[in-house]
Amino acid sequence: MSWEMVAGLETHVELSTKTKIFCQCTTEFGGEPNTHCCPVCIGLPGTLPKLNKAVVEYAVKAGLATNCKIRKISKMDRKNYVYPDLPKAYQISQYDKPLCEQGFITLSSGKNINITRIHIEEDAGKLVHERGDVYVDYNRGGVPLIEIVSEPDIRSIEEAIEYIEKLRLTMKYIGVSDVKMQEGSLRCDVNISVRKKGDEKFGTRTEIKNMNSLNFISKAMEYEFNRQIDILESGGEIEQETRRYNSDLNITESMRGKEDADDYRYFRDPDLVTISILDEEIQKYKESLPELPGEKLARFIDEMGLSQDDAELLTKYKKVAEYFEKASDNVENKKITANYMLGSIFRRLSTDTEKEECNIPIPPEFLNELVILTEKKKINSSMARNVLEQMLDTGKPAKSFITEKDMEGIDEDALRSICEKAIESNEKAAIQYLDGKEKAIGAIMGYIMRETKGRADAVLAKELVKQIINDKYK
Amino acid sequence: MERTFSKIKHIKKLFETKQVSCTELTSEYLDRIEEENKVLNAYIRITGEEALQTAKKVDEKIARGESLMPLEGIPMSLKDNISTNGIETTCGSNILKGYVPIYDATVWNILKNQNAVLLGKTNMDEFAMGSSCETSCFGGALNPHDTRHVAGGSSGGAASSVAGNIAVYGLGSDTGGSVRQPASFCGLVGLKPTYGTVSRYGLIAYASSLDQIGPIASCVEDAACIYDSISVYDSNDATSRGSRSKTSDKLDRSIKGMKIGVAKEFFDGIREDIKKSIEKAIKVYEDLGAEIVYFNMPQIKNVLPVYYIIACAEASSNLGRYDGIRYGYKSELYSDVNDMICKTRSEGFGKEVQRRIMLGTYVLSAGYYDAYYKKAQKLRGSIIRAFKSAFESCDVLLAPTVPTTAFELNFTSKDPIETYLTDICTVSANIAGLPALSIPCGFDDKGLPIGMQLIADSFEDAKILNAAYQYEQQMNGEIYKHCNGGEII
Ligand SMILES: [Zn+2]
Repeated sequence: MSWEMVAGLETHVELSTKTKIFCQCTTEFGGEPNTHCCPVCIGLPGTLPKLNKAVVEYAVKAGLATNCKIRKISKMDRKNYVYPDLPKAYQISQYDKPLCEQGFITLSSGKNINITRIHIEEDAGKLVHERGDVYVDYNRGGVPLIEIVSEPDIRSIEEAIEYIEKLRLTMKYIGVSDVKMQEGSLRCDVNISVRKKGDEKFGTRTEIKNMNSLNFISKAMEYEFNRQIDILESGGEIEQETRRYNSDLNITESMRGKEDADDYRYFRDPDLVTISILDEEIQKYKESLPELPGEKLARFIDEMGLSQDDAELLTKYKKVAEYFEKASDNVENKKITANYMLGSIFRRLSTDTEKEECNIPIPPEFLNELVILTEKKKINSSMARNVLEQMLDTGKPAKSFITEKDMEGIDEDALRSICEKAIESNEKAAIQYLDGKEKAIGAIMGYIMRETKGRADAVLAKELVKQIINDKYK
Repeated sequence: MERTFSKIKHIKKLFETKQVSCTELTSEYLDRIEEENKVLNAYIRITGEEALQTAKKVDEKIARGESLMPLEGIPMSLKDNISTNGIETTCGSNILKGYVPIYDATVWNILKNQNAVLLGKTNMDEFAMGSSCETSCFGGALNPHDTRHVAGGSSGGAASSVAGNIAVYGLGSDTGGSVRQPASFCGLVGLKPTYGTVSRYGLIAYASSLDQIGPIASCVEDAACIYDSISVYDSNDATSRGSRSKTSDKLDRSIKGMKIGVAKEFFDGIREDIKKSIEKAIKVYEDLGAEIVYFNMPQIKNVLPVYYIIACAEASSNLGRYDGIRYGYKSELYSDVNDMICKTRSEGFGKEVQRRIMLGTYVLSAGYYDAYYKKAQKLRGSIIRAFKSAFESCDVLLAPTVPTTAFELNFTSKDPIETYLTDICTVSANIAGLPALSIPCGFDDKGLPIGMQLIADSFEDAKILNAAYQYEQQMNGEIYKHCNGGEII
């Protein structure tokens, strides 16, 4: 009997509003410790929070983009717990009335991972361990977060990773977060349990806290899945507890058990007033949403005629997708543009970050011009590839590397006489071709390309060569 | 026949006619503080240098012939839970000793811009928790009427400073009666404005949904003038709503036909002499042409438990931040961070504060939340509705402020529960967010002042100030006669 994984994710996404959730301090990453702070976000006695409206707008957009229902009247609650990086000894969050509920994300298999809720809350600061001392940096304190909680619908590591990637891409597309996992602007808690395949009931779950790398998430899930199976198979019981992933040892280890689980003593924050959102506002946010990644993928396949694989690669990064769309504007066969993007250009964007930032040295208009030139047969494809490399090296437009003569093209009559000349000079190859050695024609083609400095339309030239050989020697 | 008891008006006239300069006046107050405060313990920090600097600025303005703003140049005091940039602010607690705010509370910012002359920070019950000022880590503030008695709490220092004539007025904070009760004990006018009219930004929180800053003054006119200056909308406080109109120009209106409600429940268990004084006041109102409406308000019996549950719950959360990590007191010997926080709080907080934090933590805990906190919130709703319906048939309610007069020293430490019960008349206004005012209405046989309370519907602060003013004028100063503060400088 085989075991099945049951997992749900709690994903924290930092919103990219300019200012913090309850004050005017910048949300910019980094900075000298405790320089992005004011009396409000470090919770000095007597200070009061003032809810940043943009946070609600961003959170509503995140909800709409994940098919959630938006709660028109909601409130902020206090989650009380003591930790040195939490300056008020409570985190302002949402408890029983989250802003967004009942959404879903569709995986490429067509399966939906349901989203229970999305709520807004503030980030805490961080502890800095240095020379045996502990310091606190409150720069992150008060940066707005949304927590996206999924149902336990995930059945494999692959599903978990795809879900996170889809969520990431969606947040990126709608512009509410830069979702940089290495900077912690997207972090996950994984709730995981195992059960015998076919069982209805869930097993006892453990929670693995605060991971900000897809690699660690998949390793932690794999470890935890096997650990739980081992325990159950040896007749043991799973303890409900909170665990952390130790990346040095590639294991998960216990942080605290259920018996010392926190009692957060949630209650409504009396310093903040009710959040109410009008239907018109929700409508306005809905209309302001850009095309979402799923919609774009479908359009790239259905309307632009790309293959599933190519379309996925081109929609995976928002800026790349936008670049591609501009570069293929007015192009008849958009596959050509896609090929250039996924070939020469992607070779130069080796890392994820480079693709994320779409660091292409030429603007999309330049690529567009080049593609249109090839489509109009002003230059041939091998020349175009060559020109593209030079464009990428220099950042200059196609025309800087193509002479008027290149673009004149060679009419069929002129090409025919060059082909005849080429066959005469390579008679041996012509005879070999007649003997059935297809490859021999290469020598003749090489001659033609040299003669025409690559301007000849290779397809047409090959056809002419075959024709002439057949006419002449048969 | 109208006569003014306004010290503010009087001082303004002295300035205008150049009989006294702001510097002279300020020095005189500072001299008096040096003398009187040794006994009264009203101030826990005196800001003489700053006061004289401001006074100088005001004098220059007078010399240039510029007109003064309403509170400009008037020497005053601030309760020590109102944050003052650069001036130590302790909330009367060891845990905040040495804490110097880096920002100003909005109210102080407003007054600073008016060149109010801050004489010092006044004594208070620790974190505003108490009814006698005796939970202060600086010792209690005494009652200028009789120094064997307390000034009241928690804004006892503010009341003592005004009654002792070592401040023209003081700002206090009122969570369950902390402005009105000491005003009553010291024979002064104390106003708790409608929740949200005065910004709480910079007021060190006790219970956020109940706290409200209010003036303690020696007469109604002064209280109205201060209220008008500080009731300004503040975008830094999400619950701020500002006031609807100036109250000081509405004091003169006749109250003929005004309906004054008297709920019997407010009189249960109050001292006989106090009841008699209030009845006399009711008579005065009848003479003034008001109509007295007697009715029942059974919800009053719930106000004390509701108040203590909500106030302590919020306090337990608000006071979590005092952990010794960033500011204030920090325990010296500890093994790890949890031990440090634990020791800091055990050593830094006094008994009463610890009692309320424990109570608040308990009522919010899983398993008890529904039985206590949630139930209290429900009852709070019913109390609010009861007031709403009362105000459908009357303009203001009249009640005692406190069931007793000023306690003798050390009374409250003997019986904390008995002391909690004395909040019975004041807390309902905080629970419902209503404006309420205490004004003297007589003296007991020891010569200690008795206070009566007027409560109005939300944002009807002008109504109670008007009603109080009319009473004050009718009494022609009788209610202030034993009070030091009645005499002008
Ligand atoms: Zn800030």
